[in-house]
Amino acid sequence: MPEGPAPAPVAQRLRVRYAKRGRLRFTSHRDISRAVERAVRRAGIPVAFSAGFSPHPKISYAGAAATGVASEAEYLEIGLTDDRDPARVRADLDAALPGGLDILDVVPATGGASLADRLQASEWLIRLDGVTPDAAEKAVEAFLAAEVIEVERLTKKGLRRFDARSAVSACVLDRRAMAAADVPCAILRMVVRHSTPAVRPDDVLTGLRQVSDLAPPSPPLVTRLAQGPLDAETGELADPLDPDRQAVPPGEDALADTGLASVLSGGTTEPGVVSAQP
Amino acid sequence: MPVESVFPRLEPFLPTVQKPIQYVGGELNSLVKDWDEAEVRWALMYPDAYEVGLPNQGVQILYEILNERDGVLAERTYSVWPDLETIMRREGIPQFTVDGHRPVGAFDIFGISFSTELGYTNMLTALDLAGIPMLATDRTDEHPIVLAGGHAAFNPEPIADFLDAAVLGDGEEIALAITEVVREWKREGSPGGRDELLMRLAKSGGVYVPKFFDVSYLPDGRIQRVAPNRSGVPWRVDKHTVMDLDAWPYPKKPLVPLAETVHERFSVEIFRGCTRGCRFCQAGMITRPVRERSITTIGNMVETGLKESGFTEVGLLSLSSADHSEIGEIAKGLADQYEGTQTSLSLPSTRVDAFNITLANEFSRGGRRSGLTFAPEGGSERMRKVINKMVTEDDLIRTVTTAYENGWRQVKLYFMCGLPTEEDEDVMAIAGMARRVIQAGREATGRRDIRCTVSIGGFVPKPHTPFQWAAQCDAETVDRRLFALKDTLRKDKEYGRAIGLRYHDGKPSIIEGLLSRGDRRVGAVIRKVWEDGGRFDGWSEHFSYERWMSAAAEVFADGPVDLDWFTVREREEVEVLPWDHLDAGLDREWLWQDWQDAIDLDSEEVEDCRWTPCYDCGVCPTMGTEIQIGPTGKKLLPLSVISG
Repeated sequence: MPEGPAPAPVAQRLRVRYAKRGRLRFTSHRDISRAVERAVRRAGIPVAFSAGFSPHPKISYAGAAATGVASEAEYLEIGLTDDRDPARVRADLDAALPGGLDILDVVPATGGASLADRLQASEWLIRLDGVTPDAAEKAVEAFLAAEVIEVERLTKKGLRRFDARSAVSACVLDRRAMAAADVPCAILRMVVRHSTPAVRPDDVLTGLRQVSDLAPPSPPLVTRLAQGPLDAETGELADPLDPDRQAVPPGEDALADTGLASVLSGGTTEPGVVSAQP
Repeated sequence: MPVESVFPRLEPFLPTVQKPIQYVGGELNSLVKDWDEAEVRWALMYPDAYEVGLPNQGVQILYEILNERDGVLAERTYSVWPDLETIMRREGIPQFTVDGHRPVGAFDIFGISFSTELGYTNMLTALDLAGIPMLATDRTDEHPIVLAGGHAAFNPEPIADFLDAAVLGDGEEIALAITEVVREWKREGSPGGRDELLMRLAKSGGVYVPKFFDVSYLPDGRIQRVAPNRSGVPWRVDKHTVMDLDAWPYPKKPLVPLAETVHERFSVEIFRGCTRGCRFCQAGMITRPVRERSITTIGNMVETGLKESGFTEVGLLSLSSADHSEIGEIAKGLADQYEGTQTSLSLPSTRVDAFNITLANEFSRGGRRSGLTFAPEGGSERMRKVINKMVTEDDLIRTVTTAYENGWRQVKLYFMCGLPTEEDEDVMAIAGMARRVIQAGREATGRRDIRCTVSIGGFVPKPHTPFQWAAQCDAETVDRRLFALKDTLRKDKEYGRAIGLRYHDGKPSIIEGLLSRGDRRVGAVIRKVWEDGGRFDGWSEHFSYERWMSAAAEVFADGPVDLDWFTVREREEVEVLPWDHLDAGLDREWLWQDWQDAIDLDSEEVEDCRWTPCYDCGVCPTMGTEIQIGPTGKKLLPLSVISG
């Protein structure tokens, strides 16, 4: 049996925040991982490979959003065999990916808690076309007033029943975004803790329907706005890359682009409800 | 009239369908050109699911060369799955392109590439969803020209009523020529409407317009005559042959999908055509003569294609890739160049000889040696002589022994069942061959984990081949032989468990046979099947033999012909075949003589005219073409330095 040489070791680990936007929200996790692997090759980034007969590039993903869900805050970690300037990697990788899969931030990993451990909660934006603000508000009030709301979802392990209420730490109507929308709709913002079983935005919607007959006429448009450590007192999400960023020599992080700013300035959402980014 | 994207109407429903990513476009290297700036607009379709259609080389090449031209726009469309079709009908969403999500009905030309006849019902779905009348004669100046290409277009008669036009052969030059005819006609203000445009295309002899030909029949059902029905339309339509592949190095920027597709690699055609003379092989007959791409162009294409796509696998495509005059240099050059870059190389079509093991070893340098594929096609020596695939069993055993000695553990063997003159014993000989393969592997390696997979497909006689006159074997006989083979392998205690058998039953082949050698009367069957719900006939889970049988029975009820007449009936030399007016360059008398030689045990082998004297198949003189092969003596260029 022929054997290849031992793979080069990892010299640098980069943590990457990326977005899936617009029609590319329909990419699945597998689609994204193929696209990223190809983009890494096209961009000439010296990714490290695992050993063995079918070497895999060392790219790991944390908490990927479901197919059909848009996101401004997805995270991956990539191992390089050689040090690279993070700002340059951000630009090159972004240029090599199809528009709609956009690299927002690249920071060298500095140890500490793993990325997965830092992603404790998500902030979601949910747009419900054809739902009146009053109906949505009534549903949200009833939802928050309840202590436990049991919902059912068909999982790979069969039909599961679990509480959708306790993971939700905040849920409000975004009236400014609704006023700016082109069609009548209700827009919700919520912060949901990552738990087991995972409570997904559609589980919360199921709960809303159960407590107040809220039945949107078309599928909701869901966007993850942020992920990160949840501050128990303020209820706000912090940037999960901050601990790494703070370890970087001053000046270098000025190059890192914060993609959320462009979304928030788009006029459809209200900035500052949850401070996900400085 | 402004043409708007249907995406906003489509998007709300995408979360509810299977694999929505296949409908959104946005592939790397795809583009959306400005609608109003384009003078000529093509919608290109591969009539199967996106995952099958996206990698298709023909569509990708045409997409790129058309979009490179100023004032020309090309977008792609694929078959939608039944879940989305239902929604589109309910919501009134038309067949759309995945690039600009523009309605297919708004384009000037709707070009459909048929690799297989089983895509015909999918074409009808697309026409219907697009709002284009199904019958060509019902279309007006508002509708696109519906144009077929691809290998199945060498006999487009079964879909003649649904087509405005068809082209035979290589698409690069004729697609651009058609574009110029359309552009000029539009600039003149579209004089004479649709008919005038079709007439301008037809009179060159390079575009087939079915409605300009009348077919008459004899009382017994055979064709009496196919003749043009207007002056200026030539009696025969010629195929197109690109004579300098180095001048057409496409795809340069391969489309890289987000969705998972059947081929996740960058493919380079290393030559077109094949002159080996396998009598069953339509591709080998209709793509003559052999035209090689040079080693330097291949090297450049691989380098550019990998850089543009980020793919990790390169496929060297052709009908018999090991036959390239410089394949050894190409294999070694690419293996050297990409060693250590996690790039794998593959050679999909290989013949049975030891040289292939050397090639395969180069391609798997430093990697896993899992499986090698060979195609003896016929189980017995006699059968292989009938089909002119001259491989002896001893050759095969020597080849696989070398393979096993070189670390390969699994061999795949491809065969056909139902070949002309085949008897039960010819199929049973496959079991004996597979047993010898395992035995040779065990002896060569001293190991027991040797595997051999036997894949068998039903043979379908195809137009423009020496077997175009042959009777197709009926489904019951094919199934009986396959079952007997399966039973024998199952009962074999010594070798049976090391041999895997993959096969399809004989029924789909009969329908493929009807569509391959059918004439215009078969169109009504296709339409009936489609009306009864027929979709995705190339997919076993969607294909319904019963639906085809009952549609054929109904359509042919009062006529002189039926399903058997089109399939299991042998034809006489004098019979007018439905595709006789479509010229693939092959001399009809040569084809007939080759058919006679096939069934004559004392006849001689037809050798490859690349290395032996011309045997007068007729293509080169008729088409004004010639064999183009190396060696050029050049080397693969050294890898250019990647900065960074």
